[in-house]
Amino acid sequence: MLKISRYVLYDIIRNKVMIAYTLFLLITSMCLFQLEENSSKAILSLMNIVLLVVPLVSLVFSTIHWYNSYEFIELMLTQPISRRKVLLSEYMGISSSFLTAILIGLGVPILIYEFNAVGLSLLLVGCLLSMVFTSISFLAAVKSRDKAKGIGVALLLWFYFSLLFDGLLLLLLFAFSDYPLEKFTLVVSSLNPIDLGRIFIMLKMDVSALMGYTGAIYKEFLGSNLGLIYTLVIMIVWAIVPVWLSLRSFKKKDL
Amino acid sequence: MIKIQGIRKRFRKMQVLSDINADLKKGQVIALIGPNGSGKTTLIKCILGLVKPDHGTIFCNDTDITESVDYREDVGYMPQIGRYPDHMKVGQLFNLVKDIRQRKKNVDEELFYKFKLDTIANKPMRTLSGGTRQKVSAALAFLFDADILILDEPTAGLDPLSSDILKSKIISEKEKGKLILITSHVLSDLEDLATDVMYLHEGKHLFTKSIGELHAQTGEEKLSKSIARIMRDQQKTETIYLKIAK
Repeated sequence: MLKISRYVLYDIIRNKVMIAYTLFLLITSMCLFQLEENSSKAILSLMNIVLLVVPLVSLVFSTIHWYNSYEFIELMLTQPISRRKVLLSEYMGISSSFLTAILIGLGVPILIYEFNAVGLSLLLVGCLLSMVFTSISFLAAVKSRDKAKGIGVALLLWFYFSLLFDGLLLLLLFAFSDYPLEKFTLVVSSLNPIDLGRIFIMLKMDVSALMGYTGAIYKEFLGSNLGLIYTLVIMIVWAIVPVWLSLRSFKKKDL
Repeated sequence: MIKIQGIRKRFRKMQVLSDINADLKKGQVIALIGPNGSGKTTLIKCILGLVKPDHGTIFCNDTDITESVDYREDVGYMPQIGRYPDHMKVGQLFNLVKDIRQRKKNVDEELFYKFKLDTIANKPMRTLSGGTRQKVSAALAFLFDADILILDEPTAGLDPLSSDILKSKIISEKEKGKLILITSHVLSDLEDLATDVMYLHEGKHLFTKSIGELHAQTGEEKLSKSIARIMRDQQKTETIYLKIAK
């Protein structure tokens, strides 16, 4: 399995997109840390960029990569290799290259300028989001045979998670503003890994004091060690379930 | 070696394979014949596990092929249209496959050298012509000295010289007592290769007969002529395929 992952990884490294992505992260974070006097402000801006860019790049790149390596996958399946192995090693290859990009692009500047709980939680969220959205893109790619449709679905999913979901949540909160919704919002934000990541990082910062009563509830739960474990578990569930679903449909698929 | 039992497959509304039964034995060279769209490639893909049949089971060496993928160790497959990673170089492709099968040694590289693929080992796959790709596919299929060879239109797109090299390779493998399954529309190519003919028509398995039986039945000397006669008897309306057979 590692052997196939190695080929996938080698293939991605030759592809200049991953290097450009790493450089983009590296330059952006370096610039932000250099420009901003207040490092927590820099982290806040960086967080917004990471929460937008990382899911987008993970989704679109992985989907396109899946379609581009269709020939490779077909070749592997005529060899004595199970479909499970092929899919999981593709996943491992892609997500490990994303992790490398994040660890270099974000990890190095954070190590230099902001080596504390906030910086590290941003790094952790970046890594987790890469894995989650690679996994979601696999589901989109395996389910749709057509390349354009697959990439379209991946983009729509990105819109949903980064923009639509927050709007819907806000609508819900307005509609039911007479009721105590603190616990409810806590549960609902677990349905969106980006939101969960945002809340998780924000709570490590001073700005969380400005978030009012709901913020206090969040802080009490997600700010604790239990909250850290909760976030990790939910994120890992988000990373595993889509890959597992795509594996199930990939096993039945006709090539 | 390969036993096919009650295979059925439909793609949406089209019934591609309906209730195929066959028993393919060691030492046979089976010519899988049928008009375009009769389900030959789908049947082959079912044997390889690339297409999952709706019903029925396929046994390879008495084990159900859905149980494990190990049976593919014994299968060499040459696809009709070889699709390979574009940027990969010819040499890399061969190394990859050897690496994945964990077979560095005792590989059969006869075709690799006879097709002079060693001279283009540094060329990326995307720059290769259709015929050269076909050569790569052939060399890959024979690389591991597999007991079962499945060749989907092996000579289509090859020049006469390469086609001859491939044919003599198939004959020498046949003499080793392997099971070889060939589909081809060029019946004259199958003439000196096939021991049996398996005929598919619109997803139905019409018959499997040995060459001797066919000759006796039709009274024709040549395979192409006897097939043509059978088709004429069976399907008066099927004129398209006759042209090919002639």
